[in-house]
Amino acid sequence: MKIIGLIITIITGAFLVYAAVDFPAWADPNSPASTYLSPYFIENSMKDTSVPNFVTSLLADYRGFDTMFETTVIFTAGLVCFILLRISGGKEPETRHYRHVLTGVTVTLKEGRKIPASEDFERIDDLWTPPDLIIKTGCRLMIPFIQLFALYVIAHGHSSPGGGFQGGVILGASIILLAISHDLRTALERMREKVVAILCPVGVAIYAGTGTLCLLLGLNFLDYSALASVLHVDPISARSHGILMVEIGVGIAVMTTMIWIYNNISSAGKYNQGL
Amino acid sequence: MFWQIDLAILTLVVVTAVGSLMVKDLLGAAILFGAYSFLMCLLWSIMGAVDVAFTEASVGAGVSSVFFVAAVFRTSRRTKD
Amino acid sequence: MSELIPTIIAKYNYWIYITLMMIGLYAMIAKNNLVKKIVGMNIFQTAIILFYVSIGVKKGATIPISTGGHGAAHEVVHAADYLNPLPHVLMLTAIVVGVATLGVALALALRIYSRYNTLEEDEILAQIRKK
Repeated sequence: MKIIGLIITIITGAFLVYAAVDFPAWADPNSPASTYLSPYFIENSMKDTSVPNFVTSLLADYRGFDTMFETTVIFTAGLVCFILLRISGGKEPETRHYRHVLTGVTVTLKEGRKIPASEDFERIDDLWTPPDLIIKTGCRLMIPFIQLFALYVIAHGHSSPGGGFQGGVILGASIILLAISHDLRTALERMREKVVAILCPVGVAIYAGTGTLCLLLGLNFLDYSALASVLHVDPISARSHGILMVEIGVGIAVMTTMIWIYNNISSAGKYNQGL
Repeated sequence: MFWQIDLAILTLVVVTAVGSLMVKDLLGAAILFGAYSFLMCLLWSIMGAVDVAFTEASVGAGVSSVFFVAAVFRTSRRTKD
Repeated sequence: MSELIPTIIAKYNYWIYITLMMIGLYAMIAKNNLVKKIVGMNIFQTAIILFYVSIGVKKGATIPISTGGHGAAHEVVHAADYLNPLPHVLMLTAIVVGVATLGVALALALRIYSRYNTLEEDEILAQIRKK
């Protein structure tokens, strides 16, 4: 297998090298990729959408349809992880362990029994390691600032690098950091499984809903200048605001997908204490 | 764009890519893959693709390393090659 | 021969991209461990993204953010001053979709591990043949 793989790799590489000889020179301003379509986007982005970051205006306005289906792909990937691991693999174990927080006593219960309704018991797994105080406190201090930065990245994507994808990933990473520094159950108390599963399609629906709203107001799908009559601004500012709405939808969908995939992989679908 | 920095980072990218495939421990492979992603992010910020570099720094070096570590934690670290 | 060496030096980026891409392809074909295959898939993907981003590079151009800011709607923008934003947009979404597919691939690997208790390809095949 290794020799066949090496032969295939060398042949493919030789073809690519042969093709690369014909490429335009490195960083050529007159290369075909930079001459036909992209000058239009660069020259008209400010006039059409008043968004200084060309990548954002291109992502959410000129190529909005593409981005909508990319968001759908991300949602589908989260759903596939859920179906593969949670539905077919996640079964409750027969015995459960509870730890009394104040005394540290562990209680083991057979199936069907229940603990007295009290705040002092926490559910633990077979392997329980005490969480480290310094890591716990440090992460608890850092998480609000990470989330604030993520919201800044989403909202300020118009005039600096950033946008829905990056901000959504950072928001998801803050919850993942909580799950790593404490355990998965603590993170699930903050962000329940049901909330994640509902918010993920809601993010896609915000994106598609913005497009449909434009359609209902009499213009094309995802043509944000139709929002001018709703928002009481001129059509160019309406496009800028439409991009922000779409970015928020993307941010929610990406954030929840990251959390969803992490929850399923780190606990193999059982939603116990995780890493 | 200085071609010296560019060439140095490109060499390091190839080294980390080969290293993450050669190392006989899956956790080591996951960490080296994170280093590979971060060097890739540096390369893109040199090329001026700030948005792509930002995405790779948060996605490639951050979240996907965590996914790899989580998957290795749930399976095994053992590998034959 | 005298023309060949300047061509090789001028396009050194492309040769390294092809090397990276082939490293990923070889790992996908020849590696025995499933997680190693997934790492190879990601290296392959990143090499393609690197190639796309390098298409957008222009000599003497700055990053694709207008220097005028929000208020400068009437300022004339010259396309030659800014990098090509189109490959950046395409690859930005490709990276995020890439991490989502990575999640799906790892979930499949986890399911295989829970069934066969191994991640090695030859051991899985041996167990399938035994049945």
